[in-house]
Amino acid sequence: MADIMVKVDHVSMQFSLSSEKVDSLKEYIIKSLKRQVKKETFFALNDVSFEVERGDSLGLIGLNGSGKSTMLKIIAGVMKPTLGSVSVYGSMAPLIELGAGFDFDLTARENVFLNGAILGHSRKEMESFYEDIVEFSELGPFMNSQVKNFSSGMISRLAFAIATIGQPDILIVDEVLSVGDFRFQEKCEKRIKNMLDNGTTLLFVSHSIEQVKSLCSKVVWLEHGNMRAFGDSAIYCEEYNHAE
Amino acid sequence: MSKYIENFKKFIPLLTELVERDVKTKYRKSVLGVLWTLLNPLLMMVILSIVFSNLFKFDIENYPVYILSGQVIYNFYSESTSSAMSAILNNASLLKKVYIPKYMFVLSRIMSSLINVLASHCALLIVMIATGVEIHWTIVLFPIPLVLLVIFCLGLGLVLATITVKFRDIMHLYGVFTTGLMYLTPVIYALSLLPSWLYKIVRINPITNYLMMYRDVMLNGTVFKLSHLLIALAESAVMLLIGLALFAKKQDQFILHI
Repeated sequence: MADIMVKVDHVSMQFSLSSEKVDSLKEYIIKSLKRQVKKETFFALNDVSFEVERGDSLGLIGLNGSGKSTMLKIIAGVMKPTLGSVSVYGSMAPLIELGAGFDFDLTARENVFLNGAILGHSRKEMESFYEDIVEFSELGPFMNSQVKNFSSGMISRLAFAIATIGQPDILIVDEVLSVGDFRFQEKCEKRIKNMLDNGTTLLFVSHSIEQVKSLCSKVVWLEHGNMRAFGDSAIYCEEYNHAE
Repeated sequence: MSKYIENFKKFIPLLTELVERDVKTKYRKSVLGVLWTLLNPLLMMVILSIVFSNLFKFDIENYPVYILSGQVIYNFYSESTSSAMSAILNNASLLKKVYIPKYMFVLSRIMSSLINVLASHCALLIVMIATGVEIHWTIVLFPIPLVLLVIFCLGLGLVLATITVKFRDIMHLYGVFTTGLMYLTPVIYALSLLPSWLYKIVRINPITNYLMMYRDVMLNGTVFKLSHLLIALAESAVMLLIGLALFAKKQDQFILHI
């Protein structure tokens, strides 16, 4: 039996509706007095189970609001599921919305170390990756400028270069390949494919079915928080295209 | 338990990076740089000692040094806890995307304030030497009250950060609270001047106890009383436990509110 890297076991995620969200004491007191603190909830994910084996690449597909990003956030450990459990075996590199960890007042060089630390790498490790990051992001002359002066393309190049250092066991990618010009996109795809060849397990969310087809071997198809299908990528990508 | 320690170790580099960032960004754009940490309390000391020694005629020996020592401790308390309370909210964009132990942000804010307080502690030493105040050997004991205060503030910071995630307007209330609490701490006046009913209230304030210990070793040249040490130990331990318990219980819900 192959190594299981990620095991998602009967996961459900419940949210309270944000229209009723209370975030100040004043509001809370007023609404309590008027007896308006309602608790309406909905399920963003409903009893989803699947397993990912070592070397697999799994795409999550579905329409907006089907729970793809919520699923990734639960796997990444950002959220705890309301019911069920997720087990992850191995190191994880999340690429969820690039540039989240940047401090715009710091220089690019300082941000490399800050971002590395956010992903759990020490300064020493980051120094050994530093040259590679500069080279991949093509930002050599700008490493000592403040990031707030960067263009959005430069920021995403730097962020992608930092997030994909080393050889993580599991790489989580959420809609980030749509950044930068086509040449850089190709470069990113190549880098991800390279990691896959070296045994990294990929979890991938995208609206571009073409990208999912080219990168993933399996897909999980989510519909309104329920799992509609789980299996071979080529078959279900085709079916997904026709379902629309 | 060992799982938590492992996890903490993994994120120690993050802690140093966050503290370094706080210090760097705070002083990057100022000409005087780190000197501000020294200048700010010094200028406040000048103003307060002029106001209170001329207007109210407090009869306290080495009054400027007395005020400055009070400020060192009180400012640390108010700065560290107020910045800790917004730690989770200010890093919301990050917490929504990457897994990071959430207490790291609170801890990093407290540590940044600790660096500031060490700078103002040096300012106090400089003023003591400049004004010819006798320096006693007991000043080497200053880390004891300071460390205990840091633990107390960390516990309180965790509680405040947890509450603030749910109720944001607490931040404004807390600003008023710290201003008020300063008058219930013997920063600018001496305890001996107080009527006995007020003395009791001021004495209950935990910050008073840490401040008295700090002044004992820094100014009075005496070792603090054992009873004061025990009270401080107990208060720090209880506060930290409350903070950790509350934070641990609520942290999984933060993501739903930020």
